[in-house]
Amino acid sequence: MNLDMATLLPTIAKASYLIAAVLFILGIKRMSSPVTARKGIVQAGIGMVLATLATFAITGGDNLGLIIGAIALGVIPTWLWGKKVAMTDMPQMVALFNGMGGGSAAAIGAGEMIKFVHTGAVPSKTTLVLAVVGALIGSISMSGSVIAWAKLDGRMDKRFTFPGQQYFNLLVFIVTLALGAMLVMKLEVPIIVAFFALALLVGVLMTLPIGGADMPVVISLYNAFTGLAVAFEGYVMQIEALIIAGMVVGAAGMLLTQLMAKAMNRPISGVLFSNFGGGGQSAADIKGSMKPIEASDAASLLYMADKVVIVPGYGMAVAQAQHKIWELCKQLRERGKEIKFAIHPVAGRMPGHMNVLLAEAGVPYDLIVDMDEINPEFATTDVAIVIGANDVVNPVAKTDKSSPIYGMPILDVANARQVIVIKRGKGAGFAGIENALFYQDNCKMLYADGQAAAASLSTELKQIDGGGGH
Amino acid sequence: MDGFLALYIFLLAAFTGHEIISRVPVILHTPLMSGSNFVHGIVLVGAMVALAHADTPLAKAIGFLGVALGAGNAAGGYVVTERMLDMFKSSKGK
Repeated sequence: MNLDMATLLPTIAKASYLIAAVLFILGIKRMSSPVTARKGIVQAGIGMVLATLATFAITGGDNLGLIIGAIALGVIPTWLWGKKVAMTDMPQMVALFNGMGGGSAAAIGAGEMIKFVHTGAVPSKTTLVLAVVGALIGSISMSGSVIAWAKLDGRMDKRFTFPGQQYFNLLVFIVTLALGAMLVMKLEVPIIVAFFALALLVGVLMTLPIGGADMPVVISLYNAFTGLAVAFEGYVMQIEALIIAGMVVGAAGMLLTQLMAKAMNRPISGVLFSNFGGGGQSAADIKGSMKPIEASDAASLLYMADKVVIVPGYGMAVAQAQHKIWELCKQLRERGKEIKFAIHPVAGRMPGHMNVLLAEAGVPYDLIVDMDEINPEFATTDVAIVIGANDVVNPVAKTDKSSPIYGMPILDVANARQVIVIKRGKGAGFAGIENALFYQDNCKMLYADGQAAAASLSTELKQIDGGGGH
Repeated sequence: MDGFLALYIFLLAAFTGHEIISRVPVILHTPLMSGSNFVHGIVLVGAMVALAHADTPLAKAIGFLGVALGAGNAAGGYVVTERMLDMFKSSKGK
């Protein structure tokens, strides 16, 4: 074997890429259990650093200043921003970082196409097709993610629709595909420019009509898109680590998107091509009335209960009430009550988002129970506290076929002996649907801001037994 | 790289991705999405190679953009994932 530097370095780099790919896969696998998750991300991080260092070795100092400058420009602001962003804002943050990855893949595609034009090199058709497809998917992922970020961050109106929108979008998409096909036949700079402009436009158009409730599915889909784009451009660049990591993320992301869409009872096609909410039915067939309750009475219900289940929704996170709720729960636990947190798959803004928010407040993950596991338990629950959740506990999802949320899996809170709903006012939920649970006989409404309600429940509880934990 | 060989890599990687995520509890979906978002930050490596080979001002500009965006994906993705996972603790632990 020839051991001069010119052949040794590429071999070391290839070996490093292989190790990085293995670390990524093991890392993602470890992230699938709460016990090992922390180690998983660190492991994947080591893989990333290793692959980056190896790349410095093989690029041999060409444009070194530019590369280091670009890395600094990319790393420093995102690192600082990521360190201080609030946990509630995590979904849009992930969307934004994902968009950057898509943009990077698209830039690789653009750069390679321009290079082929300038050098007159004739790449294989496979290379060209994958460069074009990767660039298309990456561009859609980038502009779409930016729109998703703007929407979730409240920087843009929730939805933007106009008549014939779907046909217009379809037309733009077809033209983009046609331009892509032309590029595969013959590369020309004006067509490259038009192709990228339209590809970015497709991402914007696709995302504009989608409402906030469906956004998690879309972010997950774009995450998978970026993975695919990275894999395809990895083939163009002949770097196996990109193909493996991109494809693993692409496949995992597609599965995750399906799981989320299923949890929300929304087919992916429904998310992308139709509009959510809108013409809900009237509440004419809901009988009964909403019964208010005072904090002191609610506290005595809790005092007498043996088993209490908390049902948190995004409203709790908005009110920043999770810390106060956990304090209340700790008091209840000191008094020997069994406490559980029931989590709907789409509580929060992404599946698992609520778990992150509760974890931030210090709630141990073994008290947090998934929907399928907790639903049979509601029948033996003395008090269920619903805070900031609405549509995910609405029994009409099971009973009213005309309801837009009909068929969505819900938490069977209605089966608990007593239900206390902490709510600011009498308004309907995110999807604008009246909640039949609130009108049930066993349901009492505690009208207050989430944080204030949790705090007054704690105080009232202490007054009942003088603060003793016996 | 031979087209068919690449196809094998594509397929096996896709199966791997499907397999490792299919056993993930819902509570970890958000960190996992964030973690997989970090992993495709490996695109940085491809962008670095592209920028290193760039010799015209246009190619350098595109390459620069690609590296900056890829680095942002990797760095931001790592920080937020690590922050989220750092908070998952068991009541039985410690």
